[in-house]
Amino acid sequence: MISNTLSKHTITALVQDKPGVLNRISSMFRRRGFNISSLAVGQSESETLSRMTFVVDGDDKVVEQVTKHLHKLIDVIKVTDISEENVISRELALIKVKAGAEHRDQVMQISSMFRANIIDVSKDFLLVEATGDENKINSLINLLRDIGISEVMRTGSVAMNRASNKGSKKIKQSIVSTRKWDEAASV
Amino acid sequence: MKLNGSQLICESLLLEGVESIFGLPGGAILPLYQTLPEYPSLKHILVRHEQGASHAADGFARVSGKPGVAWATSGPGATNLVTGIATAQMDSVPIVVITGQVPRAAIGSDAFQETDTTGITLPVTKHNYLVMDASEIPQIIKEAFHIASTGRPGPVLIDVPKDVQTEETEFDSETFATNYKNIKIDLPGYKPTLEGNIAQIKRAIKLIEDSQKPIILAGHGIIFSNAYEELKDLAEKAQIPVITTLLGISSFPETHVLSAGWPGMHGMAYSSIAIEQADLLIALGMRFDDRITGKPSTFATKSKKIHVDIDPSEISKNIKADVPIVGDIKHVLQKLNPLVKSKSHAKWLKEIEDLKVEHPSLQIRNTEKLLPQYVIKCLDEVTKGDAIIVTGVGQHQMWAAQHYTYTEPKTLVTSGGSGAMGYEVPGAMGAQVARPDKTVWSIAGDGGFQMTMAELATLVENKIPVKFAILNNNFLGMVRQWQEFFFDKDYVATEYSRNPDFVKLAEAFGMLGLKVTEKKQVKSAIQKAMDYDGPALIDFVVEEEENVYPMIPAGQSVENLIEEPNPEKAVSS
Repeated sequence: MISNTLSKHTITALVQDKPGVLNRISSMFRRRGFNISSLAVGQSESETLSRMTFVVDGDDKVVEQVTKHLHKLIDVIKVTDISEENVISRELALIKVKAGAEHRDQVMQISSMFRANIIDVSKDFLLVEATGDENKINSLINLLRDIGISEVMRTGSVAMNRASNKGSKKIKQSIVSTRKWDEAASV
Repeated sequence: MKLNGSQLICESLLLEGVESIFGLPGGAILPLYQTLPEYPSLKHILVRHEQGASHAADGFARVSGKPGVAWATSGPGATNLVTGIATAQMDSVPIVVITGQVPRAAIGSDAFQETDTTGITLPVTKHNYLVMDASEIPQIIKEAFHIASTGRPGPVLIDVPKDVQTEETEFDSETFATNYKNIKIDLPGYKPTLEGNIAQIKRAIKLIEDSQKPIILAGHGIIFSNAYEELKDLAEKAQIPVITTLLGISSFPETHVLSAGWPGMHGMAYSSIAIEQADLLIALGMRFDDRITGKPSTFATKSKKIHVDIDPSEISKNIKADVPIVGDIKHVLQKLNPLVKSKSHAKWLKEIEDLKVEHPSLQIRNTEKLLPQYVIKCLDEVTKGDAIIVTGVGQHQMWAAQHYTYTEPKTLVTSGGSGAMGYEVPGAMGAQVARPDKTVWSIAGDGGFQMTMAELATLVENKIPVKFAILNNNFLGMVRQWQEFFFDKDYVATEYSRNPDFVKLAEAFGMLGLKVTEKKQVKSAIQKAMDYDGPALIDFVVEEEENVYPMIPAGQSVENLIEEPNPEKAVSS
């Protein structure tokens, strides 16, 4: 199942908000050898449903299998593979930077370029809060690493299709939402 | 009268049409057991080991087509069920399993006989439930039977804490049947696709019309979908040879002129070669298991593939489909068959007939020795191919699949995907409970038989007249064969140098026991076992180092096929 030509795919799933659902999903990923590079879960627009965002490493075949096996789980209601170019993807990162007085300006300058906020300051540390897509957070972390990072906490991406692009040909497969499995399988 | 959790379970099972339950009690399921006498139409069969219960439920389901039911207590009771549950999962068999659990307040405290049953069974069930409120029981049982028996069938487990079993609910015995009937199944994430997409069906028709060398690969799905007639219609109308999978055996009569055997690791050589030569594979309810494909990258490279399956995740999982059709086989074929044009593939059928002559995979060596294949051949003759055959796993399983002639659906019951040795005793018990009118022969190996032979007591106790043919070679034969072929005859841990006396064993259990060491005794012993009113066992002391041919070694392709040495000496019996 593990492909040599890895690429990242963003998949969202609408699932029942019941005990054990996350376990069912992570267990499926584990036993079928699929790689999750990030996972974020939270309540959806409905109280009884959660929405999950997975960033999955794999080629198209792997992603097709991931979406199908996700949907095979009884508690999973809808699975959508949203193509990278149409997706708005955000994650939140908290970055603790080891920076005394001599580096504070530099950290603040970098943070401001990334529209990140300094949310806590102590004698030796600054705590930076940043929101953005994965690349932006990676770049910010890289720059801050030169100054000295002591701790990073990232939420993993949450993602959504742009409303304006609905109906665009670029939306690859809303496979499962339409349940046209047979057509989807031939994509 | 207000109903408690246990009564709700029994009432719901009755309304699901359950008649037999295979189980074994223990502390955490005792309230449910103590309720059983109130429901005399629920027949409980007390097994000797919980694995027997889950395998028996599986055997029952495969033969009856209805979900089998097994239950057991928490902890070891539940874990002992797991092999049977995994077997049902791998072969898509509908069973509903109920387990007792420690009381709700004790969950997570490592209480006596506590295990995380839903956690343990999560990867080997289609779905499972932990019931935390007795009033949810009817809804959950209704969903469980629905999930187990629809779409791609499979096992569903319901874990019920002891205090939920005794908890009183607002359900009343007077109105329960109506209440149950009115329960709406609310599973927004579970809506199996039954109808095939018509555009895809039309693409399939085009491929069928263009094909000169088509083959139908008929799998277990034909049996679950009851699509025998539709399969026959398609094959006959377009004159397409039918190759079944191991689990698809009996979905198409092997006596039919278009029947072309079964392929793969120990299938007929001509079937495997025909698949390689075909230009179109029409795969119906099968999953291109590795025992069939060998090395996927070199499997059937000359052919296009139409793949019909009710489970979308099977399509293009192992072998890429050119035309994928998701749906129930019966529904799909009912749409597809009328569009298929009549055709004769005389040249192709002749090629396959020639292959059968060139590669006579089913011949039995002419020898005075007692060969296991010969025993199966005699069983076929004496039972006139009319028995239900249940097997364990290994050499005897392959010989049983090869040398018995299956003409009626659901007459071969075998653990395919999971390959669970020990299936042969309890699996046969379930099959016989499902079909008391049929003769059930369990073809067993001496290895697997000893894994679950405690259930012989259950058979005798409950007057379940299964007949056993043990092909006793004092070896774990299939493993020995691999050691012979691939490890230079280094027989590590495969010989049983001191097997029990199976005849005395049978007698100790209260069965008829017979021993056969010579060819000439075979048929009369079979007849004697069949005439005996009750379970019977024949210990066939067969040639020890006999191999199953043909063989395509694991992960290899047809070109690495190993056929029986000295075929010129082979003569058909």
